[in-house]
Amino acid sequence: MTQTKSQLESSERFKPKASRRDFLGIAAAWSAIAAFVMAMLGAFRLPMPSVFPESNSQSKLGKPNRFLEGSATYFPKQNLWLSRSQEGFHAISSVCTHLGCIVERDGEGEFSCPCHGSKFDRAGNVAGGPAPKGLVWVDLSISPEGWLVADTLKETKQGTYLKV
Amino acid sequence: MAMTDVPETSKQDKRRSIGEPGALRRLGSNLLDTPSAFRKSLVRHGQPTSDRAKSQTVFTNFFLHILSTRTHLHSIKAATTLGLGVATMMLFIILCFTGVLLMVYYKPSVDLAYASMLDIMHVVPSGRLMRNIHRWSAHGMVACVMLHMARAFYTAAYKKPREFNWVIGMSLFVLTLALSFTGYLLPWDQLAYWAVTIGANIAQSPKELTDALGVTAVFDIGRFQKELLLGAHYVGQEALIRFYVLHVIILPVAISILIALHFWRIRKDGGLVRPSYADEPMDGSASQHATASNEPGPAVIKTYGLMGLMKGKTPAVDREMRNTITTWPNVLYVIGAAAMLTTLAMIVLGVLYDAPLAEMANPAVPENPAKAPWYFLGLQELVSYSAFMGGVGIPAIVVLGLALMPYLDREKEDAGIWFSGRQGRRVSFMSAIFGAAVVIGMLAFTVRFGWLRNWEATARIPQIVITFFNPGTVFVAIFAVWSVVVVKLTRSTRMGAIALFTCFLVGFAILTYFATVHRGPNWDFFWSHNDWPVH
Repeated sequence: MTQTKSQLESSERFKPKASRRDFLGIAAAWSAIAAFVMAMLGAFRLPMPSVFPESNSQSKLGKPNRFLEGSATYFPKQNLWLSRSQEGFHAISSVCTHLGCIVERDGEGEFSCPCHGSKFDRAGNVAGGPAPKGLVWVDLSISPEGWLVADTLKETKQGTYLKV
Repeated sequence: MAMTDVPETSKQDKRRSIGEPGALRRLGSNLLDTPSAFRKSLVRHGQPTSDRAKSQTVFTNFFLHILSTRTHLHSIKAATTLGLGVATMMLFIILCFTGVLLMVYYKPSVDLAYASMLDIMHVVPSGRLMRNIHRWSAHGMVACVMLHMARAFYTAAYKKPREFNWVIGMSLFVLTLALSFTGYLLPWDQLAYWAVTIGANIAQSPKELTDALGVTAVFDIGRFQKELLLGAHYVGQEALIRFYVLHVIILPVAISILIALHFWRIRKDGGLVRPSYADEPMDGSASQHATASNEPGPAVIKTYGLMGLMKGKTPAVDREMRNTITTWPNVLYVIGAAAMLTTLAMIVLGVLYDAPLAEMANPAVPENPAKAPWYFLGLQELVSYSAFMGGVGIPAIVVLGLALMPYLDREKEDAGIWFSGRQGRRVSFMSAIFGAAVVIGMLAFTVRFGWLRNWEATARIPQIVITFFNPGTVFVAIFAVWSVVVVKLTRSTRMGAIALFTCFLVGFAILTYFATVHRGPNWDFFWSHNDWPVH
C-alpha cells in the first residue's frame, strides 16, 4: 500500500488495464467496419438478379409430325438446331461454348464458329479451335397438348433422344 | 494596387459611422463602386505582377491550388512528360462534356438506342460532331494513358516516394479501359453487340478452370460475373441499362476520385520526378555533377519538412528556389498549350472522320469478324487460342506485374532520366528486338502450323492443357525468363524491369497490329483486307 502512483503505473499489473481499453476501442472499430461491410453486401445484393428476364425459357417448336426424319431445322429465336433421326428428336444449341457467337451448320451437319474458328462435329463435340467443350444439347419434351417443347436454359446429356 | 488601397479604406471606415447624414449619398457611391468592390472580393490579392502576387494567385485560387506556387524548370520541359498527363486529363474533360451533351438525346433502350444514335448522327444539330469527338477522344484517352504510363516507367517515376501513385495510375488505366468497354455497347449496333457478347463470355471464362477442376457446381465465379454484368444470360435490355449506368455515373465518378488522388499525390511527392542534376545551377558547371553518385552534394544536407507534412529531402534549404519559376503564368501557359492542342486535334479528327456505326444489333447473326476496339484486339488474338488464359489470366498477370513493378525494383538510382541512361537505352533496344522476334515468330508459327487442336498428337489432350497452354502464356514465360537473365547480366533490377516492360509494350503493339490488319472472317489469317472472301 506504500506504492507511489508512478510505481503502480510501471508495475506489471497495471499494463493489462491499458490494453483492455485499447481492446474496447479496436473492437468498436472492427464492429463498425463489419457492420458497414455487411450493410454493403446487403445493398450490393441488388444487382444480382433473382429472376432472369428469360425465365420463361420454354418454347413450343411445333407439332412433332411437322419434322421429317433426317431433317434439321433452325430456330433463330431459340438459337438451336432441331434434328430428327431414327433415334428420335434432339436439339443442339447454336451458341458457341467459346465466347458466345452463333455457329453455322454446313451441309454435312458439322458446325463452325465465325468468330474464332471453333469446329464441332455432328453431335456437337469439339473438333478444333479454342472451344472448351461441346455444343449444348437442349432439353426437349412433349407438352400435354402434343407440342414439341424446348427449354433453352436446361441442358441434357449428349445422346439423349426424344422418341415420339 | 493593393498597397494604394490602404488610405482609401481608412477613409471609408471613417465614413461608416451609423446615424451620420449622407447615407443616401454613400449608397450611391457604393453602387458606383460595386464593380471594383466585387472584383476585389472575388480576387483577394492584387494583380499578379510581382512574384509574391503571382504565388498568391496560385495559392488562394481553388482551381489552381493543385499546383505549387513555384515550379521547377525541368518539369515544364517538353521532354520531361511530353504533355501526356495533361492531354489525358483534357481528353477526360472533353469526354465528360460531349458525353453529357449526347445524354440529352441518347435513350438506353433496346428498341430506341439505335434510333437515337441515328438521330444524333443525322438530325441533332452538331450531334454528329459531338459523337465523333466523343469517340475519338475515347480512343485518344486510352492511347494517352498507355503512353503516359510508358513515360512514367521509362523515366523511373514509379520509384520511391511515388510507388503508390504508380499503383493508382494502374487503377486509372483499368478504369479507362472499363469506361471504353461500357461505352462500346451503347450504340446498340452489330459491332457493339458482338464485341460485348464476346467480352461478357470472357467474364464467364473462369468456368473453363472450374469445370476442369470439377468445382463449378459449388463455386461458379464465371457464371456469377456474367450474370452480374448482364443481368441475364445474353446481352439484352438488362445489360444495356447496366452498361449505361456504369458508363455515365459509376465509372466516371470512380475515375474522378482517383484522378484527384493521383494529382494530390504528385504534389505531396514533391512535384514531377527530376534527376538530381536538375537542381544544379544551369550555367554549365552542372555537367560534372550529373554523373556524380546517388548521395546528395555537401551543400544540401540541411533540410526541413514543410509544416511536418512533407517527407524526404524536398525542399532543401539551399536549393528550393534554384531553377524554379513562378507557376503563374509560366506553367499555366504550358498546361493551356497542351490542353488546347489536344482539343484541337480532337475537333479536327471529329470534323474529318465519322465514328463508325454498323447495322442495328442482330442477336441471330454474328458480325464476322466481330472485332473489339483496337486496344482489346491483342487480347482477342489471345482468346482465339483459349478464352480464360487469353482474356482473364494473362491480362491479370500483366496488370498485377505492372502494379508490383515499384516494389520489385527498389534501386535508388537517379530517377527522372529517360531509360536511366545509356545502359537502359541499350537494354530497351535489345528487348524490343527480342520481344518482337518472339511474338512475330510465335504468330508465324501458329498461322503456319496451327495450335494444339490442329495436331494429331495433341488433338485429344485434356481441356485444362488447352486452357493454360496459350501462346500468350508462352510469351509471358519467355519474357519473364528474359528479364531475369537481364537482371543477372546487368546486376540491376531496374534493367530487368526495363527489359520486361519493353517486351510487353512491343508484344502488345504487335498483337494489336496483327489482329487489326491480318485477321479476317472466321478469325483466319489474311495478308490484307482486300483478300477477305466476299459474302
